[in-house]
Amino acid sequence: MKAIVSVKRVVDYNVRIQVKPDGSGVVTDGVKMSMNPFDEIAMEEAVRLKEKGKITEIIAVTIGGAKNEETLRTALAFGATKAIHIKDEGEVQPLTAARALAAVFKKEGASLLIAGKQAIDDDANQTGQMVAALLDIAQATFAGKVDVDGNKATVVREVDAGLETLEVDLPAVITADLRLNEPRYLKLPDIMKAKRIPIEATTLADLGVTAAAAVKTVKTVPPPSRSKGVMVKTVDDLVAALKAKGLA
Amino acid sequence: MPVSAASPFYNQEHEDFRAQVRRFVEREIVPHIERWEAAEELPRELHRKAADAGLLQIGFPERAGGVEVPDLFYMIVLTEELARAGSGGLIASLMSHGIATPPICHTGSAEQIARFAAPVLAGEKIGALAITEPSGGSDVAALKTRAVRDGEHYLVNGSKTFITSGMRADYITCAVRTGGEGMGGISLLVIEAGTPGFSRSPLQKMGWWASDTASLYFQDCRVPVANRIGAENMGFMAIMMNFNQERIMLATQAWAFAKVCYEDSLIYARERQTFGKPLIRNQVIRHKLADMKMRLDAVKAHLDILAWRVSHKQMPVAEVCLLKNHACTALEWIANEAMQILGGAGYLRGSRVERIYRETKVLTIGGGSLEIMKDLAGKQMGY
Repeated sequence: MKAIVSVKRVVDYNVRIQVKPDGSGVVTDGVKMSMNPFDEIAMEEAVRLKEKGKITEIIAVTIGGAKNEETLRTALAFGATKAIHIKDEGEVQPLTAARALAAVFKKEGASLLIAGKQAIDDDANQTGQMVAALLDIAQATFAGKVDVDGNKATVVREVDAGLETLEVDLPAVITADLRLNEPRYLKLPDIMKAKRIPIEATTLADLGVTAAAAVKTVKTVPPPSRSKGVMVKTVDDLVAALKAKGLA
Repeated sequence: MPVSAASPFYNQEHEDFRAQVRRFVEREIVPHIERWEAAEELPRELHRKAADAGLLQIGFPERAGGVEVPDLFYMIVLTEELARAGSGGLIASLMSHGIATPPICHTGSAEQIARFAAPVLAGEKIGALAITEPSGGSDVAALKTRAVRDGEHYLVNGSKTFITSGMRADYITCAVRTGGEGMGGISLLVIEAGTPGFSRSPLQKMGWWASDTASLYFQDCRVPVANRIGAENMGFMAIMMNFNQERIMLATQAWAFAKVCYEDSLIYARERQTFGKPLIRNQVIRHKLADMKMRLDAVKAHLDILAWRVSHKQMPVAEVCLLKNHACTALEWIANEAMQILGGAGYLRGSRVERIYRETKVLTIGGGSLEIMKDLAGKQMGY
């Protein structure tokens, strides 16, 4: 059984994000980039399913420019058996990514797409759901626990009211939430081996996918800086201040 | 492998490895280090976790379960990242196999490697090296602990001191006198914890609290001849070869801790407001920081070039001795300036700079003191 894991290259979570002066986006030149942390969790889950013998092949897929190869190398070091680089230098909107992943999913005859629930750059939280819709297959998002048995997957989801357990028929899309697992430390020999594995290159055109232009970024602005605090003298003052702000 | 633009010595693989070590340090070490410092020892569990993450094995041969690397820069990256926890004792003790296990891997039999090296690299057992005695350290040729052959055993009598990981170690790579006076009478024995006649007691120190440093006592301690590493009376060279790598790694630690001091000072100088402006807006502070950075970069250049030479099978003994002195004295200077910049905040327990400042002296003394290093370098160069 094949699983596809989508991996996105994003600004590293430790980096302090800076907005470009013209408001057209955030600065990425010379900034440390890494695999989206939710995608690391998705990779880890796929590797664990493979170690348990539930799946036999893990295909890591990324969409983007030449440097995205680094992200695929990380996926290979995790234990992906194959890596596909959909080369595209332009902006990749969620719908574009979903169309491309759906095309790869069909082409590879995969049974599972395991994806991060969202990427930490645009926090769109759309791609996994869109892939399921495009392929008309089941979806179980925000997974906190995954079990695959034969042609079914049991997924415990983290929802507002608590935990919800779903059973889905395969093929299906599963998106990983933060607490699904703790990704392993990649070992140096695995990092070294991953550098030598060939990566399959393709393009959106090869996959018969047209880029979507459904979303237009109007302006990017930094969050407001924290305003100065107020010192209160007594607990009563504190309660009054909280009430004034509608917080108590 | 393309090199990074910043250095001819480090490539993407080094950086990928760095990212993993950094994550390990942030997740498995930083949240607990204060507790381990107070407890004056590391939990065994940490050794297993570090082995699971593939950190203990770097630089050791595959036949011992190690991960062979093409250069010393992986070890430098590992040390640099471990140093971010700001605890020299952590590195000393977690990595004590870095001095205890190489002689076993180089000279030991396949069975000895399987028994005494592999479980240590797997994080299941702890290794320590015991050379120094109450009567002397660097004068290895004069060591007094005696091992007398008695059938298939040696009867060991004597004591060792300042032994890193000495309280917890399962396997102690121990230098003993099996022959006559001088360097030609020394052998290495692996002495196992629990051997009758072997006891130990902890030592309390100025720094390196997270490391369980110990005195070891041997009283008619019966050690199987099968535990001898290499031929009888041939231990001296193995010990000396070990020293070279140890000194490079001590220099690396000194540089890495100096870097932490510099970085913490820089952050503090930017945040701290005095007389209505950030501390760093004072010329005197900027000059301090610039001087710290200058020394830091000089040590790193020195370290990298010698690490490159050693990686290419050269043995620059005198140069490595001087590197250790260069790095350790730079650390003393930089840690001192860092304390001045942090002021009261640096004097408080819990500050990385406070701990590093306390731990500068162990590096100018341990692994060959400043004075010993200078003299050895001079003699090596024919002065």
